Parts: sequence; structure tokens; C-alpha cells
Amino acid sequence: MIIRKSTDLRYSDVTPKQVYLNRRKFLAAGSAALAAPLVRGNTPLAAAVKSPFSTTEKITPKDLALHYNNYYEFGTGKEDPGRNAPGKLVSIPEWTIRIEGEVAKPRTIDLDALRKIAPMEERIYRHRCVERWSMVFPWIGYSLSALLKQVEPTSKAKYVAFQSYYNSKFELSSFSAGIEFPYVEGLRMDEAMHPLTLLAFGVYGEMLPDQMGAQVRLAVPWKYGYKSIKSIVKIKLVEKEPPTTWNLAAANEYGFYSNVNPEVDHPRWSQKKERRLPELFPRDTIKFNGYGDQVAGMYAGMDLRKYH
Amino acid sequence: MVKKILLSPWTKAVVFALCLVPLAELLWRAYNQDLTANPVEFITHTTGDWTIRFLMITLSVTPLRLLLRQPQLVRFRRMFGLFAFFYAMLHFTTWFCIDKFFDFQEMGKDILKRPFITIGMAALLMLAPLAVTSTNGWVRRLGYRRWQKLHRLIYAIALCGVIHYYWLVKSDIRLPLLYGAIWAALMAARLIEWRRRRVLAPVT
Repeated sequence: MIIRKSTDLRYSDVTPKQVYLNRRKFLAAGSAALAAPLVRGNTPLAAAVKSPFSTTEKITPKDLALHYNNYYEFGTGKEDPGRNAPGKLVSIPEWTIRIEGEVAKPRTIDLDALRKIAPMEERIYRHRCVERWSMVFPWIGYSLSALLKQVEPTSKAKYVAFQSYYNSKFELSSFSAGIEFPYVEGLRMDEAMHPLTLLAFGVYGEMLPDQMGAQVRLAVPWKYGYKSIKSIVKIKLVEKEPPTTWNLAAANEYGFYSNVNPEVDHPRWSQKKERRLPELFPRDTIKFNGYGDQVAGMYAGMDLRKYH
Repeated sequence: MVKKILLSPWTKAVVFALCLVPLAELLWRAYNQDLTANPVEFITHTTGDWTIRFLMITLSVTPLRLLLRQPQLVRFRRMFGLFAFFYAMLHFTTWFCIDKFFDFQEMGKDILKRPFITIGMAALLMLAPLAVTSTNGWVRRLGYRRWQKLHRLIYAIALCGVIHYYWLVKSDIRLPLLYGAIWAALMAARLIEWRRRRVLAPVT
């Protein structure tokens, strides 16, 4: 595993010379504190392994991905998070994840320790939003199962609940966004342990940018995007199905499972098609977002209309 | 002075040009490939926003001209209404041509099945005859009373627009509620004026 920390880097590794010379002028002007997050946001994150789970489809241009986000804590417009989030999360000094609940070894793990749990892989996943658009991201991370095994789930652990970072000082209020904060999500134990479920630390060869869920998030590629919770600070293994944010907001529209499924419409729109951004014309949506071979077995015999 | 400005043909030209600014900005952003990762959604939302804004602007002409005692303001009402129709057509065309790709069957299904589309479509269908009958010729042909009755449809159209927006958003309902409040205020202003008139000069 190669994780280069910013101390090992020369500025020229990260930033073109012309740009960092400008930044020196900027720093000289006395704005060192402002510049620091810019450096970290660009920190490369190398993946030792190219994953066989990767799609060969065309990766969404990074510039588009950084300016079209659903991250309601930073604004409900698509361009809001790209404007409001940068620097906010990556500058938090001590990022930790608390893992507790039905586990033999509850722990609080800091980011450095988290990154060393398993080799970093690059996984190019399709990402299908419930709003009928999709993108393709080159995530960097490892299977969530590697982390969960470390804390030794007990036999009572049937579900995994996740919670996002939330700070009302610089993030939207629940009242404004119309959904409850902190954001919470959940997976069934077998889903959480599935090798496709990725704990992602980076994307596009770099550490996660704020608007895409720094410092650590999920990528669950066969489910609608909101299941892939961003900026995780807490994981709790539980016996009963945990509450999830969008389900709390509108249970008839957003189920606990939220598997990508063209056969089950959202009450307000059809899910048969999606727009692969930045394409203009829609294409057909594939059940389980095309990951059916790997995941359909987990839902054998389930009424996917009822458990949408 | 104000009256002179309001009556000047130049003012009308300037207001007309201003009404085209949202379209110009869209074209400018398109030219610079700055329509976000989802250009279709961006165009749909922008033209939708401007439709509802122009509906509210149109509805505010009458209360404003009474409040400010500037009857000449009415000279701009038709233009605002037609711009509401103009942006509504761009909104609809984007949806039908790109989202539905001229698929009448899919469009029909959506209109029947999705309440927010049903009500949006209803608003557009009500708006069309108002655009057609907006000329002086049509006012004469229908007679002012009947023409006025027909054009009161805009109250319902604007409300449908607000509901269309409210039903569309996922969770952040602040803007739809704001437009709803503006609509209610503009309606209340009419109600107050109507009651005042009834008191002052009972119509026989």
C-alpha cells in the first residue's frame, strides 16, 4: 500500500510550478490558513491494486463531478456543495470513526489507522442517483467488510447504521434542507459485508474532496446514490433495521433497500431511464445498476416492490 | 416624470431586452460549456424558474399600479405575460424534445401518472389561449368583459405553477413556499381592492 502523506510531497508533485509560485505570493500576503486546505484537497492517494470489480465505461470528467453534487448539508442546489464545501471538512484536524454497538471490540479509529486496515484499491463504479442521472467514478478504498471484521460483530449484529459528520456552524439546518441532520444511512449485514461495498477514501487519484464526502464515505454501486453515505464519523452495528434519512423524509419514495430498479418507479417519476452525465439523451437503467450477477442473490424471494 | 418614462417607447424596449436576459445568460453559459454536468436539468430548471417568476411579475402589475397610482404600468402587463408563456414553452420543449425525445406515448404516460407533470401541463394548456388572445384584436373580438374573465385564468395558472414546483422538489420546499406566499399576497391585494370598490361604488 502506498499512501503518500503531504510531508513526503514536493509542491511540484501536486501543483504546477506557476501555480505554487502564485500561492507563495498568496501566502506572503498572510493567508496561510486559507491555502492549507487547498493543498490537502489535492493530496494524491495512490491505489496499489486495480480492482477486477471496475467497469471499463468512460469515467465522468472530474471537473463535472466536482461541481454537480447532492450534499444537502452544503446546500440543496447541485452547484452549492462545490461552492460551499471545499476546505470545510478536509481541514478538520482529527477525523475519527467511532464503531460500536453489537461488536466484541468497539473502537474509535483515526484516519491514519483506518487507511492501513486493507490495501487501497481503485474501483471504477457506476453511480446511479435516484434523480435519474448517473456518473462513473474511480473510487479508491477497500471493502467495508475488512473494517467490520476488525471489530468482530456479534451474532446480534443484523444491520449496520452509519452517521455523517454534521456541524451546524457551517452546514445547512435540517429546517432549510428539509431532511434530518446528521444524515444517517444503513445496510443489512450481508450487504455491508458484500465485497462490492466500498469504504472510499479517495477518487480521481486523490483524497476525497469535501463535496464528494471527505474524509471517508461509502460507495454501494447497486443502490441509489443516497445510500452511499458521505463523511462518515460513526458506525453502529445493530439488531433492528436502522432509520435512514431519506426514508424518514418520505417513506413512500425512498425505501430502506433502495436498490436500483427500473421496474419500480419512484412515485413521481419513472426509473426506467437515466442520463449518463454529461450526455443529453437518456439510456436504459439496468436492474441493480448492472451489478445483479454479484448482488441479486441477496434478495432472492424478496418482493422488491414492497422492499423498495 | 415617472409617467413620461413609463409612456416612452424606449422604456418598453429596455424592459423587453431585460426580459431576455435570462435566456441570454443561458445561451452564454451554453457557449462556455458551463451548464453543469447535467445541462438538460439545468435548462429545465432555469426556464421553469423564469416561467414562475414572470407569472408572479405579471400578477403584480395590477396591485402595483393601484398601490403606486401609476396606471401606465399596465402597458407592460401583456409583455410580462407573454414572456411567462415564452419561458414556459422553452421549459416544455426541453422536457419533450430531450427528456422524452419526442416520445408521445411516454409523454402521455407521464402526464397521466405523475401529478406534478399533470398540473404543469394543465397550466401550460391554460396559458396558451391567453397568449393567443393577448392582442388588441382579440380584446375587441371577445369584448373587454369576456376577455377579462378569460384572462383571470392566470390566477389558476400561477397557482398550478406553484404546486407543480412544490410537488417536484425532493425536500427543500423553501422556494415553492415563497412563491406560494407571493401568490397569496397578490391574490389578497385583489380581494381587498375588490371589496373596497364594492363599498365605494356598488355595481348595479
